[in-house]
Amino acid sequence: MSTDTNDPQVSEDELAESRVASEDELAESRVAEERRTTEGPVYTVTGGDWDSVLGAVTDDHDERIVINMGPQHPSTHGVLRLVLELEGETVTQARSVIGYLHTGIEKNCEYRTWTQGVTFVTRCDYLSPLFTETAYCLGVEKLLGITAPRRATLGRVLLMEINRVASHLVALATGGMELGALTAMTAGFREREVALHLLEYLTGLRMNHAYIRPGGLAQDFPEDYRDHVMYFVNWMDKYLPDYDKLLTGQPIWRQRMEGVGYLPVDGCLALGATGPILRSAGLPWDMRKTEPYCLYDEFEFEVPTATEADCFARYRLRVAEMHESLKIIRQCLDKLEPGPVMVADKKVAWPAQLSLGSDGLGNSLEHVRKIMGQSMESLIHHFKLVTEGFKVPAGQVYTAVESPRGELGAHLVSDGGTRPMRVHLREPSFINLQTMPAMSEGGMIADVIAAVASIDPVMGGCDR
Amino acid sequence: MGLEEKLPNGVLLASVEKLVNWTRKSSLWPATFGLACCAIEMMTTGAPRYDLARFGMEVFRASPRQADLMIVAGRVSQKMAPVLRQIYDQMPEPRWVLAMGVCASSGGMFNNYAVVQGVDHIVPVDMYLPGCPPRPEMLMDAILKIHAKIMDEPLGTKRAAALAASGHRTELIPSSIKYAKK
Amino acid sequence: MTEESTPEPGHEQSSAERPSDELVAEEPGDLQGDRPGLPLIAGHERAGMFGVHDSGDTSGFGGLRLPAYAPAPAERPYGGWFDDFADDLGASLADRGIPGNAIRQVTVDRGEMTLYVHRDRILELCRTLRDSEGLRFELLSSVSGVDYGEQVRERLHVVYHLLSMTYRRRIRLEVSVSVEDPHLPSVVEVYPTADWQERETWDMYGVIFDGHPALTRILMPDDWDGHPQRKDYPLGGIAVEYKGAEIPPPDQRRAYS
Repeated sequence: MSTDTNDPQVSEDELAESRVASEDELAESRVAEERRTTEGPVYTVTGGDWDSVLGAVTDDHDERIVINMGPQHPSTHGVLRLVLELEGETVTQARSVIGYLHTGIEKNCEYRTWTQGVTFVTRCDYLSPLFTETAYCLGVEKLLGITAPRRATLGRVLLMEINRVASHLVALATGGMELGALTAMTAGFREREVALHLLEYLTGLRMNHAYIRPGGLAQDFPEDYRDHVMYFVNWMDKYLPDYDKLLTGQPIWRQRMEGVGYLPVDGCLALGATGPILRSAGLPWDMRKTEPYCLYDEFEFEVPTATEADCFARYRLRVAEMHESLKIIRQCLDKLEPGPVMVADKKVAWPAQLSLGSDGLGNSLEHVRKIMGQSMESLIHHFKLVTEGFKVPAGQVYTAVESPRGELGAHLVSDGGTRPMRVHLREPSFINLQTMPAMSEGGMIADVIAAVASIDPVMGGCDR
Repeated sequence: MGLEEKLPNGVLLASVEKLVNWTRKSSLWPATFGLACCAIEMMTTGAPRYDLARFGMEVFRASPRQADLMIVAGRVSQKMAPVLRQIYDQMPEPRWVLAMGVCASSGGMFNNYAVVQGVDHIVPVDMYLPGCPPRPEMLMDAILKIHAKIMDEPLGTKRAAALAASGHRTELIPSSIKYAKK
Repeated sequence: MTEESTPEPGHEQSSAERPSDELVAEEPGDLQGDRPGLPLIAGHERAGMFGVHDSGDTSGFGGLRLPAYAPAPAERPYGGWFDDFADDLGASLADRGIPGNAIRQVTVDRGEMTLYVHRDRILELCRTLRDSEGLRFELLSSVSGVDYGEQVRERLHVVYHLLSMTYRRRIRLEVSVSVEDPHLPSVVEVYPTADWQERETWDMYGVIFDGHPALTRILMPDDWDGHPQRKDYPLGGIAVEYKGAEIPPPDQRRAYS
């Protein structure tokens, strides 16, 4: 395995040794084909050992070459490795290798309390963190049997839709960059700055806000949030049509995207693709309409759908979805009324009111005065709730939200304790990326890039 | 001293070392090594608002052979570690490494089996930038500090020995102070 | 109590520890036996609080014993659409000649229905759920594993979430296997979306899906040893030095549960 350049610095012997331990297990099942060579056993795995992949190919077809794109590549959407078998410019086989961003988020959550899980789960899909937080918190609330107050739920809707706009802007920006439209990149990130500025004003952070907590929101919005949100909406209304002018009519963009990455509805359902991919194939499946959560049934918006099932249709859908999100944000502002943002049950609600002091954000001074000076019970309560966490009755739930990429589900299993037994995130990026070979085999290399850009996977969500 | 006062306008006196360092820092091309959330903030720093082009750094070279600075932005998983080392090895000297974010600096909040606890286990790091993710202004501050470090780099072994003997340490002043309005 | 000597708190004979008939473990070697009377165990029992063992615990919480969670089997009528669905499912299974004991237990909890399925029948059941007219579960939205801890005999559970877009319904199937014999038929031929998800379950839990086209590691490096998300696999962190003190990694800190 001398040309195995991506292997860690492990010697042959160590490698052979480490294989022996699992050989018995593997021998029983069809896991990987093994070939005994002079250099030791060589396993044929998809996207793995380079020699065997090359060997298998060059034996049969002399004109085919196997190339490797990534994981460090400007055009693969993040740390994604594509192994393409090419005949000329046509892709005959496309395989993707993931796992380069695996962080063990799900296992980490098992060692933290339910509230602390939000900070982990939010970094999973880092372009739409508020959606992952919402899915997780809805799951915890379902396990607890509580509902967040109305203002908190509407606040969640507001934040999610702002995040949807920001996420689709990144999809357009990075998709444009990968296809060579660099102005789309700079324009997309410029618009996104306004969205992030607004999110920073509302939640305190530009990205990875751990703002949506089980029971509601971490703290209330600032007093004059309406002005800021309206500024954002007006800015978007003014500048989003520029994307249509820049990209939609442009012949190069159209030629690169039309007819590329075709995946009809039965293919989508078989491969489990949801979100813009499914809607571009003609099925108007949007969980905000079909299985409403978070008071979405009170909002009036449309679900953009197309029938061509190609990359261009998905691009158009994303732009249309941004406009629909702006509609929802406006309606949200009308519906928001003063009220509590955390559930009233003191055994679940985060104990302190946060406030901005001279040294930053922290517990409000009244709360500190109370727990340190006045009430021992409050102190004990605060301490227990923060360190130990609340107990969640045993059981399992699956809650799903419609993230910009598709159905984002949280499968939470509790054994009655203060820490999750299992947190599993059904990430749309992971599932949707399986459609890449179906979309690109038979096409050209450039179409692989366009297909991956239209799937819009976020590798953090894919690998978790 | 005396010579400078007698020179006409338009002539600049400098040492070769300073000139070389100045050219290196003025067009420090980063290699794309964006991994996770920090990569998005890195892209935002290259975007119009927090423009990196004013430092000559807007071209994120895809090929490490043409890059000077590797900004490791994001969590490095066990699977990605050999790739990181390979990209670092492919960069020609002089090269610098900026560990952006807590995950690259020390493993961050992910103290577990899957994440390398700091890229300094794999590559030598010149600048550590904490934050989760660090704001674009923080990234620019780190880059400006690297510029300051580069300006102090010795040219050749004799100069390096002299510098080490004198015990010189680059003064890293935060940009908010260094470039504050007077 | 009528014991002769006062038992130590937390010991077997103390009042905190009473033998109970509920948690009868299944006999060894007979894991998938069809015994409708016995409940499935889907949790581990916890003893004491604050993670303190043997000594040092003056709180008295050391004697706390929490039995393992066993999901209660639901009884008819289930409520809502579950009854119609159960009837349709029964009829479809009968049509296709799948025996009724394919489903070991039905649990209805928090508005969701979970079917605990016999390991050998999962493929046929999925096919029935997908193809049958009254059922039409077109989308397999998630396949994942759960490890219930070393004390549970069949500790590895594989959970399938199915979605019917036609009828707007969701259902969960759960199959439990043990670590010694973690084999399970793959459902890739019915739902190709399970491809990568089963690979992830193999990678993280060690559940072997028979019939999978390429069951290899997907998230961890290809030559990794062990299955990280099992409960006996350590979190793998390192101690962190902070302000002179050394803080142990999260799995070695005191746990308040």
